[in-house]
Amino acid sequence: MSSQDQTVRREASLTQKIAGSGWLMSLLAILVSLVVGGLLIAFTNETFQESLSYFFAAPQYALSAGWHAASAAYVALFQGAVLSPDTGFAPLAETMTNATPLIMAGLGVAVAFRAGLFNIGAQGQLIVGAIFGAYAGFAWHLPAALHLLVVVLLAVLGGALWGGIVGWLKALTGAHEVILTIMLNYIAIKLLDWVLNTPAFLRPGETNPISPLVDKSATYPIIVPGTRLHLGFIVAILLVLAMWWLMNRSTLGFQLRAVGENPAAARTAGMSVKRATFLAMAIAGGLAGFAASAQIAGTEQVLANGVAGSIGFDAITVALLGRSTPWGTFFAGLLFGAFRAGATNMQISTGTPIDIVLVVQSLIVLFIAAPPLVRSMFGLNRLAGIKKAPSARKAAKLAATSAKSVEDAKTAPAVGQGKHAAASGGDAPTQDAAADENTSSEGGTK
Amino acid sequence: MSAPATTTPSTLPSLVGRPVSFKTTIVLGLLAVLAFVFFGALGSDNSATLRLATDGDLFALPALVLPGRITGIVVGFLLLAIAGISFALARRGEKLPAWAVVVFGVLFVLGFLAWAVSGGDTPSISLTGLLKGALTLGIPLIFGTLSGVLGERSGVVNIAIEGQLLGGAFSAALMGTITGNAYLGLISAAVAGALVSMVLAVFAIKYLVNQIIVGVVLNVLVSGLTGFLFGQVMTANPEAFNQPPRLDRLPIPFLSQIPIIGPIFFQQTIIGYLLYVAVIGVWYALGHTRWGLRTRAVGEHPKAADTLGVKVNSLRFWNVTLGGAIAGIGGAYFTLEAVEMFTKDMSGGRGFIALAALILGRWNPIGAALAALLFGFADNLAVVLSIVGTPVPSQFLEMLPYIVTIFAVAGLVGKSRGPAASGEPYVKE
Repeated sequence: MSSQDQTVRREASLTQKIAGSGWLMSLLAILVSLVVGGLLIAFTNETFQESLSYFFAAPQYALSAGWHAASAAYVALFQGAVLSPDTGFAPLAETMTNATPLIMAGLGVAVAFRAGLFNIGAQGQLIVGAIFGAYAGFAWHLPAALHLLVVVLLAVLGGALWGGIVGWLKALTGAHEVILTIMLNYIAIKLLDWVLNTPAFLRPGETNPISPLVDKSATYPIIVPGTRLHLGFIVAILLVLAMWWLMNRSTLGFQLRAVGENPAAARTAGMSVKRATFLAMAIAGGLAGFAASAQIAGTEQVLANGVAGSIGFDAITVALLGRSTPWGTFFAGLLFGAFRAGATNMQISTGTPIDIVLVVQSLIVLFIAAPPLVRSMFGLNRLAGIKKAPSARKAAKLAATSAKSVEDAKTAPAVGQGKHAAASGGDAPTQDAAADENTSSEGGTK
Repeated sequence: MSAPATTTPSTLPSLVGRPVSFKTTIVLGLLAVLAFVFFGALGSDNSATLRLATDGDLFALPALVLPGRITGIVVGFLLLAIAGISFALARRGEKLPAWAVVVFGVLFVLGFLAWAVSGGDTPSISLTGLLKGALTLGIPLIFGTLSGVLGERSGVVNIAIEGQLLGGAFSAALMGTITGNAYLGLISAAVAGALVSMVLAVFAIKYLVNQIIVGVVLNVLVSGLTGFLFGQVMTANPEAFNQPPRLDRLPIPFLSQIPIIGPIFFQQTIIGYLLYVAVIGVWYALGHTRWGLRTRAVGEHPKAADTLGVKVNSLRFWNVTLGGAIAGIGGAYFTLEAVEMFTKDMSGGRGFIALAALILGRWNPIGAALAALLFGFADNLAVVLSIVGTPVPSQFLEMLPYIVTIFAVAGLVGKSRGPAASGEPYVKE
């Protein structure tokens, strides 16, 4: 290869790097999703629909009506989530408050993913954790710091119990964790409904199913005065660090990942697959229990039927978006927290239904999971040095051949073991991204 | 034959015979003791009346009157006997035949019914009504689970059943109202379900995105999309967008008048009859046609199928799409049969129950449909018993199907093995 060739190649690889980079893809995915959401808002706007009747005579009316509807909604979303003209950065604190349980529960889903388990049960684990934690919060009266500690501990214990049941049953009988977690979610919901109607939990003088408020001593202290942002957010960051250490530096984390990638190989290597399954589910449940503590000792401070909201289910999307890595989950949780905080403001000030946020969130995950689609939308394939959108088979083939380097570089789960990689849910986006980067660089050498 | 092959026959019987599993025995034994103690020893002295006759029967059947405690004791003994047989068989390394498990289940339910109804304030229920409601509540579940069967048997995990049901329900309500015709609404529901499926198929097959991820995300997407349109369009103007006509009941002459069977099976709307067609059709086609053989091959060993000239990815795509259309019809049940309007998230997690039924039914169309029916039965049982007014808190009755499922999955089904290539994208080399 001549030196000239090499220079050309290096120059090409710079644009390739930009066009093929994960960050750019993520940004573009978010952009496309916001645009689609904006179009939805515009098309369903009444002024827009009325001006459609004379669209061909004066299209500017329809277009401006649509633009105004969409931009007003997004401005309200931004003002509710990040920066408001009235309260400055207070909305950002609200975003972080909303993100706290999402990050915690998301970490739980992510840990299970890495161990090859698809944990749909964060919702149930969160609910049971909340039942445990709330009871300690309002029924026991302890000194300040100790009380909070006990509440958090019990919430984590409750979550770990509910998650542990799944791991235990799966390890013992081989029952499918997807069924077990779905069923335990429903059981937890009914259990919550039942305990709220027992004298032990029902608030005195109240007929609606709601518990007494937890003691002041059992709540996370507020860390930014004038907002709802509480110490739980710091706990969430600590948990992210702890999970990073657990998954990437500890023996247990290595075993969990090994079992997730290839149970047969892990067994051959002398690891106990059953123990790993149980521990992964118990840890996942414990993390959902932390999320419960963020609700019980943080934002809600009371046990009611809606205590878990949809956090347990959103956590799945958060973990998927975060590609099952601790920091990825953290930022995905922040993003979703921002959407939650902003959506409330958007609904109040512009009347746009909150559900648009679900649409945007899910589109983001879909697009991020399929970079070739986003690239072809922006015509970046040519820039990235790919002649045509990489065909699926090419991408996967390259992923398989380059599995080792990817694994080293990203501490990502191994690919190319088809079945096990596929079985371990959250691994695939990483796998996909890896496949992508490789197609880019391979394309450049041609 | 080579040496290993000749040695296999001699070692095989002992290998199969050795692992003695008492799992089933333990579960059955526990349930039998529970039945004996609660339904028998602690049962009520009242009698439970189970009515069988309905209006319009050819001839009226007398009601079944079961004395609470005695029924409980008899059922308890029978159940203990089955558990005992299971124990004896397990010691010899044999498994209890499947029909015995079914008999066990039916007896247990009968004992439970006698106990729960006899302890109620008005100890009388219509058994025919209970079963009829079970089938009705099972309709979306069965359609949903068939969608799962079609996807997974051809190698694509279909977690998006919930989204397909919800999309179908929404589309049926919207198009049914706009056109004023319930049947057009039904067709549009199938189209909507198929569209949701196509997104799943494109992302899973073309872009190789993990199928579980696409499924989960699609559920959220459909929930958000229908919720948004419901809030933005439907609530503002329900007369124009959210008042679909109801599908007519089409009783089949004569058949619908047979006691018990008639009211349950032959007084359905078109959705109910489509259900029979779908279950039998999918079962027959999967097991007995060229298409079915190819589908199963693609789900178990795509490479082998490809070698023999089957277009793996295109077959997967169309099977998943067909599944979505079937689930969409199931979704139409919500808005064209159950209630004449769409509400936010009205499928209420039934897509996930359908998924559980799929695994419980071991990926077999008939098995999955029966499992879905079991959930429908349990759902309806909770409704019926809450009317009767049993001493058990209603939450526990509602919990029952889920607990039973866990028992069934952990104790009876055990390590369930899906189609080998399910969840694996196929990449031609």
